[in-house]
Amino acid sequence: MPKNEKKKEFLGLKLSSRLMELLAKLQEVELEDFEMDVGNLEIWIQPGAVAAPMVAQPKVAPPVKVKPTEIIETEFIPPVETYPGKVVEVKLGATRSDGGTRGKPVIVGGETTPAFYTFERPTPHPPVIALDVFDMKVPLPKAVKMHVRDVLEDPAAWAKLAVEKFGADLITLHLISIDPLLKDASPQEAVKTVENVVQAMDVPLVIGGCGDPKKDADMFEAVAETFAGERFLISSITRDMDVERCAKFVNKNGHVALSFTPMDLNLARELNRKLYDFLPKKDIVMDLTTAALGYGLDYAFTNMERARLAALMGDPELAHPMSSGTTNAWAAREAWMKMGSEWEPRELRGPLWEVTTALTLLLAGVDLFMMMHPAAVKTLKDMINQLASGSSGNADALAEWVSMKV
Amino acid sequence: MSEREGKRKVGIRELSPIDVYKLLPRTNCKECGEENCMAFATKVVNREVPIEKCPPLLKKEHEKAYKQLKEMLKPAVKEVVVGVGDRAVKIGGKLVMYRHEFTYFNPTAVAIDVTDEMSEEDVLDRIKRTGQFSFEYIGQTLKLDMIAVRSTSNDPEKFRTTVKRVAENTNLPLILCSLNPTVLEAGLMAAPKSKPLLYAATKDNWKEMAELALMYDCSLTVLAPNNLKLLRSLTKTLLEYGVEDLVLDPGTFSGDGLGDTLNNFTMIRRAACKGGDELLGFPTIGVPMVAWMERGEAPEEVAKWREAYLAAMLVVRFADVIIMHSCDGWTLLPNVVLRQNIYTDPRKPVAVEPGLRVFGTVDENSPVMMTTNFALTYYTVASDIESGKVSGYLIVVDTEGIAVDSAVAGRKLTAETAAEAIKESGVESKVKHRKLIIPGKAARLSGEIEELSGWQVLVGPRDSSDIPKFLQEKWQSKT
Repeated sequence: MPKNEKKKEFLGLKLSSRLMELLAKLQEVELEDFEMDVGNLEIWIQPGAVAAPMVAQPKVAPPVKVKPTEIIETEFIPPVETYPGKVVEVKLGATRSDGGTRGKPVIVGGETTPAFYTFERPTPHPPVIALDVFDMKVPLPKAVKMHVRDVLEDPAAWAKLAVEKFGADLITLHLISIDPLLKDASPQEAVKTVENVVQAMDVPLVIGGCGDPKKDADMFEAVAETFAGERFLISSITRDMDVERCAKFVNKNGHVALSFTPMDLNLARELNRKLYDFLPKKDIVMDLTTAALGYGLDYAFTNMERARLAALMGDPELAHPMSSGTTNAWAAREAWMKMGSEWEPRELRGPLWEVTTALTLLLAGVDLFMMMHPAAVKTLKDMINQLASGSSGNADALAEWVSMKV
Repeated sequence: MSEREGKRKVGIRELSPIDVYKLLPRTNCKECGEENCMAFATKVVNREVPIEKCPPLLKKEHEKAYKQLKEMLKPAVKEVVVGVGDRAVKIGGKLVMYRHEFTYFNPTAVAIDVTDEMSEEDVLDRIKRTGQFSFEYIGQTLKLDMIAVRSTSNDPEKFRTTVKRVAENTNLPLILCSLNPTVLEAGLMAAPKSKPLLYAATKDNWKEMAELALMYDCSLTVLAPNNLKLLRSLTKTLLEYGVEDLVLDPGTFSGDGLGDTLNNFTMIRRAACKGGDELLGFPTIGVPMVAWMERGEAPEEVAKWREAYLAAMLVVRFADVIIMHSCDGWTLLPNVVLRQNIYTDPRKPVAVEPGLRVFGTVDENSPVMMTTNFALTYYTVASDIESGKVSGYLIVVDTEGIAVDSAVAGRKLTAETAAEAIKESGVESKVKHRKLIIPGKAARLSGEIEELSGWQVLVGPRDSSDIPKFLQEKWQSKT
């Protein structure tokens, strides 16, 4: 058999001194087969295979297992892979020199490896966080409300607070007052609100709609035209909208489209393909839908993980940075509800629910988080910085927890 | 090792029912309960039944085929059992790296620690809270799994007393933690037959730890702080020594070095699942409670918070056991729910019990709505009804866990299943009217449902968030 021949060759040519050391460490060479690693080559020493076939051997007593007296050294080769695909880099926000008014742009995407597989390659652009700001008073969980109570009816002040105090990389301005079922505010009123927010702070903006496909398109168009060149992220373009019209005004006015689909990678590919007719790839971010911890997070996680792996394996239609509406975590009643005393305080349980949802999706490959609670934002930011920094810890202290007195 | 014959294991996705079928006796005897050997082979490949369910295969003449099948079906990550009795915990047993490739088995076991310097009262209280922890979630009871007993005193006598006390008061499996073999042995002597997981063999104590594991027939953790070469070498050495059930700990950093920790867990799992590396093909253990090391003067809540989110990251990144110090509901709840989510079988739609649900205060004029038993659909609808403060009945139709639009297209939600669900729900004796609100996405069934059930059908909104508004505008019980 060629395999055996190959093994013989190994034995003949590559029997290294390392192997001899190994043998010396064993008190007695086992009769039984064993393996060791030399570099990433694995050699199987099989006396039976080298000499006569096993069947021809006379029956012997089972070999005595000999206990090693010293650590048997092996190698470890980090299992690094290379991937044919790469996530496109998308720039959000434009500075004055680029035709906008933002202080500095935010770049997302560019990954050539799964999320934080930093043993393969570093993270090109650490994921970023956009904080939610609403253009009218909305019901908020108590744990969130206590942090923004004073600015609830002033989106500009809210945005400023989110940037200066809570460290938002971007602001998501949810223009929900245009909803025909709410205030039915006009696109022009929305433009005014955007203007106020743009003046109040200088991070890039995400423009959020109300969910009505027609009204959103009208509002997005008005905002896109008024703030041409700002590279706002238009959140979002959905399948039930006039995709061609939206893609055209996004493109014409120098913005970025958020392609939103409901947890189905085929639908995501389909919508992205439609957008490609009018928009370059570098102007598309995608949102595959975020479900809360306990309410479908498994679908969201796996969908995003699959999308990212597919992108790295060369699927261009999924090779976009991913955005997550992580605020959806608060849709879980366990995040805000008063429960039995054993589950309190909910002021901590709620933001932890949001953090857990966010970290799970961070590890699936999300690039842009839209979030709510300041503590959740701070923790996620710390974790992103920690993971992206590649800082090393003191390995000698790793076992100390065993005898730690708490 | 010899059985491997130098080949990498066939990946789970490459294994077809034919591969299994070829090795079965192929007598179609039906003793396994399946129609034929091919059907059995399919279930075996899907890990729905163990091959031991084929009685003829266990006979002497099929010994070789049985062994071959065993090897073929061996998971990339070995399954290790800790503890005895009905609370014994299986860890590892992973077939794949990513859950979408197949499914994850053996959810991450969560252990809560006690120490040999805590007061008796504290120890008993923590054991009790761990044992009683329980949360009802989509028809399952989420629980904690293990007790980690740590020696902070390094005094064999103290450890022995504590382990004895713990073993007498819980049937949860134990993790005995001390790097001092003498201390660990004292603990083992207090619970010699409990098959705990030992923590841990290091480069300095591995021989003594191996002897303990062999003597007490238990599993052994291998600790190699941030050093996978050493981890692999120790594993190799311990296997040669005869210890077969190992658990790997590359160390958990809570602050600086956390990136290394995630890398280590990822590399271990990739080497095992993608590279067929048998030396790293063991369950892993993570220790979120290291967060308490860096607490300093900060309030307890800070350590609990850090520990909780570290646990979440470890559950996502391949940890098969985690040890926590906080036993507060608010830190544990997100983690046991996350664990349930990650370990849900992605091959099977998640379903809720079909039947009648009641929201708010109902009477004979309350609206009757209908949805499917796809868990995500159901919980979305339920949450929209609740947050809209709507009172009414909701009939949950058994669509085998399929969402409304797919269920209509796939004929799981039909006029027949709808009519039957109305009957079985018993709602007809609860309301005077005969008006049913169906999901907007099931609109095309309205005529047929009316014909079959005799109920008048109102087509509801396409998205359940519009239910409150819909009811406000359209609902009147009388015509």
